[in-house]
Amino acid sequence: MNELPETPGNRLDPWFGSYAARAHGMRASEIRALFAVANRPEVVSLAGGMPYLEGLPLDVIAETMQRLIATKGTTALQYGSGQGEEVLREHITQVVALEGVSAHPDDVVVTTGSQSALDLVTRIFVDPGDVVIAEAPSYVGALGVFRSYQADVVQVPLDADGLVPAELDATLTRLAAEGRRVKFLYTVPNFQNPAGVSLSAERRPQVLEICRRHGVLVVEDNPYGLLGFDGEPMPALRSYDTDGVLYLGSFSKTFAPGYRVGFVIAPHAVRDKLVLASESAVLSPSNASQLAVATYLDTCDWKAQIKDYRELYRERRDALVGALGEHLPSASWNVPKGGFFVWVRLPDGLDARAMLPRAVTARVAYVPGTAFYYDGSGSDHMRLSFCFPTPDRIREGVRRLAGVVNGESELVQIFGTSAQLDPDADDVEGPAPDLA
Amino acid sequence: MTSSAPAPSAPAPSGDPADSSFGPAGSDATDGGPLVVVLSGGLSHERDVSLRSGRRVAEALRSTGIEVIVHDVDADLLTFLRDTRPDVVWPLLHGASGEDGSVRDVLDMVGLPYVGTGPRASRVVWNKPISKAALLEAGLATPDYVTLPQSLFRDLGAQPVLDTIVRRLGLPLVVKPTEGGSALGVTVVARAGDLPRAMVECFAYGETALIEQAIDGVELAVSVIDGPDGPEALPAVEIVADGGYDYAARYVAGETEFFAPARLTAEQATLVSDAAIRAHQVLHLRHLSRTDMILDRSGTAHILEVNVAPGMTEMSLLPQAVAASGHDLAALYRTIIDMALAPVR
Repeated sequence: MNELPETPGNRLDPWFGSYAARAHGMRASEIRALFAVANRPEVVSLAGGMPYLEGLPLDVIAETMQRLIATKGTTALQYGSGQGEEVLREHITQVVALEGVSAHPDDVVVTTGSQSALDLVTRIFVDPGDVVIAEAPSYVGALGVFRSYQADVVQVPLDADGLVPAELDATLTRLAAEGRRVKFLYTVPNFQNPAGVSLSAERRPQVLEICRRHGVLVVEDNPYGLLGFDGEPMPALRSYDTDGVLYLGSFSKTFAPGYRVGFVIAPHAVRDKLVLASESAVLSPSNASQLAVATYLDTCDWKAQIKDYRELYRERRDALVGALGEHLPSASWNVPKGGFFVWVRLPDGLDARAMLPRAVTARVAYVPGTAFYYDGSGSDHMRLSFCFPTPDRIREGVRRLAGVVNGESELVQIFGTSAQLDPDADDVEGPAPDLA
Repeated sequence: MTSSAPAPSAPAPSGDPADSSFGPAGSDATDGGPLVVVLSGGLSHERDVSLRSGRRVAEALRSTGIEVIVHDVDADLLTFLRDTRPDVVWPLLHGASGEDGSVRDVLDMVGLPYVGTGPRASRVVWNKPISKAALLEAGLATPDYVTLPQSLFRDLGAQPVLDTIVRRLGLPLVVKPTEGGSALGVTVVARAGDLPRAMVECFAYGETALIEQAIDGVELAVSVIDGPDGPEALPAVEIVADGGYDYAARYVAGETEFFAPARLTAEQATLVSDAAIRAHQVLHLRHLSRTDMILDRSGTAHILEVNVAPGMTEMSLLPQAVAASGHDLAALYRTIIDMALAPVR
């Protein structure tokens, strides 16, 4: 045989050895690739979290946007301040007052969606190896932020009344005994993503007291608080404690995510650092978007719009839980009183992640529960969203899903096991933001 | 490139337009260059890969100065083709309907020329056990295998059947769906106890499983392009993936190390090229194909599968082989378009 040629190897990425350690988990999985199919109209997607924008008065918004550029164009299209436009910050104080938060415009930092707020908060508080406490399950986008700052996320169980105070206390006590540095508790107290549950009024002060006692900051992420189907909004955690709670809000669910406008309400010292961090990250949030949202709040009946959204999403929630009762009685789920999501526990032995290809074949999509756990557990659950598809599509989606579950159940029965996939916990398994 | 004589029994490629309403608009439509429609996307599990392949091919073809429209496959496809009247279609659909011959059947029916293998041969290649049988019949090596539907395990009981498989084929084994690509649903099983889980994972992608012996050796992909004197093999690409050549290893840059050309002796390179050309011929493939194989220590090239719509993404093997051959990728794609446009010989 001849000598072997000296061919150099190629990893198709000349910078493969140069990435920061925090980028090692930034890789898409085959699960995420499957979501590419979910945006096709033939597929009923119960996977994404896109709000239903067809309910917006688009003609009115178009007119106000035109007027905004015509009259304030040189401001709207110019750089702004790192903290955000004062006119919007004033409006924000009025919006959060609906949930009992008393804030001054100076307390508010406008961000590029609340996702950016989460990034900034993590940036200024978390060093690699620090502990962040999150609910189990927790918002996949938050877990991604924490991962990118190399935090160690410890998840504390939820029940029907939200985060379990005793579990939180025990976890913080254990971590303190281990000498771990816990930087903050991340919580979505209202209509949680993905579990759909809310922290009960009784537990809210308990959670705050536990965190105060352990010296742990609370990061309250509240995108869905005004989208409750019954009664008045719950008082925000921030309404109980202005020093120990950072409040993250967003106009993505109550108005339009395309503007990418969110905000943080923070104690002054934290606020100052957030402003500088924001300037470092983005210089300033979009002035055009901020003024558009401010104009909308100023000129449109946004409270009536939120009321319309509540009715629309309530109808869709009813369609989803009704269809689950009809077609998937072997599963169990909660009935959320607001928000976008139902958290479904599959019949024993089924693995939501392993089942997703079968679902895509049947032209229905969901997010496997594994996306919402830092350690890749949660395969016995799936998140179904009811925000975007119409009630008829939701019912059809659940009908298809029932066929998928039945097929998978038969398979598990035949082989006496589920696929029990061992996902790489670092893989990105949540859907992209533009998934319906 | 390594070349060989043309296939003795070439398939009947797309002929004259059967429906004149789909015929090309003519040279006046594109200032003299052909109008190419790249079909990508679809509804298969490999939609994401297909979209990426489509974008890359379109970009390369446009750089040669020809007009390209990228289109998804949906209920409007025939209307779109009728309205657009392309000179040639390049189906870059991976997975079902793209590689199983269905869309190619439709293109034949409406009389539009297209890049790649015709529907009948595509259907054979799409089904791995059928293509393996054809390869074996032609004297080519492929790992020993069995093909079993989910219903058989239900009817006979899973464990006795799995025990029989292990006794018959030994370990390690590779479990994969009989149809589909990108390693979706594929598991390498080293222990008999892991076989049930691998079967469940496989059946999530399809009703029938191919279970074959895992071959130890050098993992290679050999792309074949038709030339004026018959099919020609591009340099083999060697794949070194520490954790197996799974989905992430295929599509996340940096996960896998490629050697193009592969680290083979001249004799080995000729051997694997000849095997890929022979597979291209006996399966009646047209214009281009990619044959995946393992070269074992004894010097046998075991063909794992053959692809009629090889991936064309930034990470894919055929573009790497073209680069290793010294050819310009865009120019080669243009040549392939010209082949598809050429009158049937």
